[in-house]
Amino acid sequence: MAEILEKAPLTCSGCGLAIATRIICRNFRKPSILVLSTGCLEVTTTLYPYSYFNCPVLHVAFENAAAVASGVFRALKTQGREKEVDVIVLAGDGATFDIGFQALSGMVERGEEVCYICLDNEAYMNTGIQRSGATPLFASTTTTPTGRMSMGKLERKKKISLILGMHPIAYLATASIAYHRDLIKKLEKALAKKPSFLHILTPCPTGWRFDPQHTVTLSKLAVETNYFPLFEIEDNKLKLNYKFEKRNPISDFLKLQGRFSHLKEEEIQKIQEMVDEDYIQLVQLEEAGEVF
Amino acid sequence: MKVKFGEVNLLNGNEAAAAAVVLARPKVIAVYPITPQTACVEELCNFKANGMLDAEIVHAESEHSAISACIGAACMGVRTFTATSSQGLALMHEVLFIASGMRLPIVMGVANRALSAPINIWNDLSDSIAQSHSSWIQLYCASNQEIFDTIIQAYRISEEPEVLLPTMVCYDGFILSHLYERLHLLTQEEVNSYLPEFKLPFAVELGKRMVLGPLVGPEHYMEFKKSQRDAMQRAKREIRKANKEFFERFGRCYGDGLLESYNLEGSNKVVITIGSLAFNFRYYVKKEGGKVGVIRIRSFRPFPAEELREAVEGVEKIAVVDRAYEFGLGGALYHEVRSSLFGLEKKINNFILGLGGKKVRIDDLKFIIKHCGESKNYWINVHGENVSEDG
Ligand SMILES: Cc1ncc(C[n+]2csc(CCOP(=O)(O)OP(=O)(O)O)c2C)c(N)n1
Ligand SMILES: [Mg+2]
Repeated sequence: MAEILEKAPLTCSGCGLAIATRIICRNFRKPSILVLSTGCLEVTTTLYPYSYFNCPVLHVAFENAAAVASGVFRALKTQGREKEVDVIVLAGDGATFDIGFQALSGMVERGEEVCYICLDNEAYMNTGIQRSGATPLFASTTTTPTGRMSMGKLERKKKISLILGMHPIAYLATASIAYHRDLIKKLEKALAKKPSFLHILTPCPTGWRFDPQHTVTLSKLAVETNYFPLFEIEDNKLKLNYKFEKRNPISDFLKLQGRFSHLKEEEIQKIQEMVDEDYIQLVQLEEAGEVF
Repeated sequence: MKVKFGEVNLLNGNEAAAAAVVLARPKVIAVYPITPQTACVEELCNFKANGMLDAEIVHAESEHSAISACIGAACMGVRTFTATSSQGLALMHEVLFIASGMRLPIVMGVANRALSAPINIWNDLSDSIAQSHSSWIQLYCASNQEIFDTIIQAYRISEEPEVLLPTMVCYDGFILSHLYERLHLLTQEEVNSYLPEFKLPFAVELGKRMVLGPLVGPEHYMEFKKSQRDAMQRAKREIRKANKEFFERFGRCYGDGLLESYNLEGSNKVVITIGSLAFNFRYYVKKEGGKVGVIRIRSFRPFPAEELREAVEGVEKIAVVDRAYEFGLGGALYHEVRSSLFGLEKKINNFILGLGGKKVRIDDLKFIIKHCGESKNYWINVHGENVSEDG
């Protein structure tokens, strides 16, 4: 299979976005059109007159990739080509959770046959690590700096997948670059059943402040600590894909990252409680059956 | 709404716009309601519901997304349409510049309405004039017939390979959008003979390495902008050409396409304005029989500076009548006219009226003509008085 993301783009070493994008592009099943939102991936792959993607790419603005993709899909429909082509959005967490949420919600509500993939590095990285609605509790960012009076971000991360699960969506899943086969399987489904949403955690060495060699390790730990549980929502039901007999303590995930280095036992404990609570909620949703 | 193509119909401005869109046959139409434009997109949905329009309708969740969906569809090489007013157009602001920068020939109807605050649904031109920097062609209509004709012309102008810029077809909210007028509709065959099939030279091709909307650094950005500037200049030629050919085929035209002059012959005074207000002045001058000319600017972008200099050659006094105000500067049209006529010995002053739907009275027209070309600028009918800008 021809490589779509051909050469190393201009990303930082150890960039989670680059790894995720490479996996996604290797597993295109049909000729595909990519729609990017403004952000790290877009600026590192489309600097004129070059393109790192061996396929058509559209970039319009930060917050409207879902609307642009809707237009692309409808145009394909009028040309009778909508079944021959996949329209795929690759968007950051800021573009998805915050500024572009309305457009995404509208796209899914209208049933546009688009596969929307959120590459979540938990902050506005392209503008230099500012807090987003995806930034976790107590993370230090440039707009939630730590200081004598500050422990970093004071709010919890938005549960984007559950919110989208309450939309009329055909398929939705969380995925990890450390769970490579699981990711590919989910991508296949997301391309087959649209509108779909894939939420992939993409660690960012620069923004999270960790050694670039730990990108995959951190992705794995995020899953194994239940910080980022892997699940799917399909046929109105939620299914947890990996359940651990004994989850790893959240400190395993936190301690490798500079953005959490200011935390004391008390905050770590609070995060642990939050992670456990959120996980129980997922288990309950799974047990509840067809609630979506 | 029932229309008979090829015949005279009684339609309001929104219906006239919708009827033209049906014949232009865009493939993707994005809709979102806002007064006074709403009926235009409602009619389009009706046409589709009744099998008279073969287009995908995107029921966008905002105007920002509506114009974004048009961009996505246009990149695929299909013809697109959307319509809006006021706050909706303001919400699109960011994306308007992207549509033109990406050189996509989208056509949009704008039923002109005042901008908030205070919120006001009635007519003035502040919404589209505020977007005059967005590199969209802006054509302003003065009748429902002109709305119908201009939408057909707009596709031709925008899609001309030497132009490839989007067009706003602007028409006065309520005054035109809701008023019924007898107008003649073309047939599908006639429109097909005038408007060639749309072909976007850089449309998305599957499997091809291409970026529409790349990141462009300082080495190339200005070159992109220069070619955009040249395209806008060429649009002038194409607007004229579209107007002329329309006349040759269908017997209707609007001045030279860029501006329309009335009663200039032997007139010492001229009123320059935009939109349906020009018809009020024409009507008044005709009735009163005065030696006063009227120039209606039809194309605000590109602005017909040379054409205007020629048109006012024999005129000494000029009143520029504005329904859009640039705070801290003055009337929007006034400043365009002044800079276009720079160096000519003309006496020019400015009258602001009709903001937010304030009724324009016969006495206002009379006042403007009387004080045309004097040294003071006026706000007409504020607290019942005509107040000089210098207090
Ligand atoms: C309307 C608008 N506001 C702000 C920006 C500036 N901006 C560009 S990219 C970006 C952050 C992108 O964050 P995210 O979507 O999380 O992607 P990342 O770069 O982190 O991958 C911001 C704030 C913009 N381009 N447009
Ligand atoms: Mg981000």
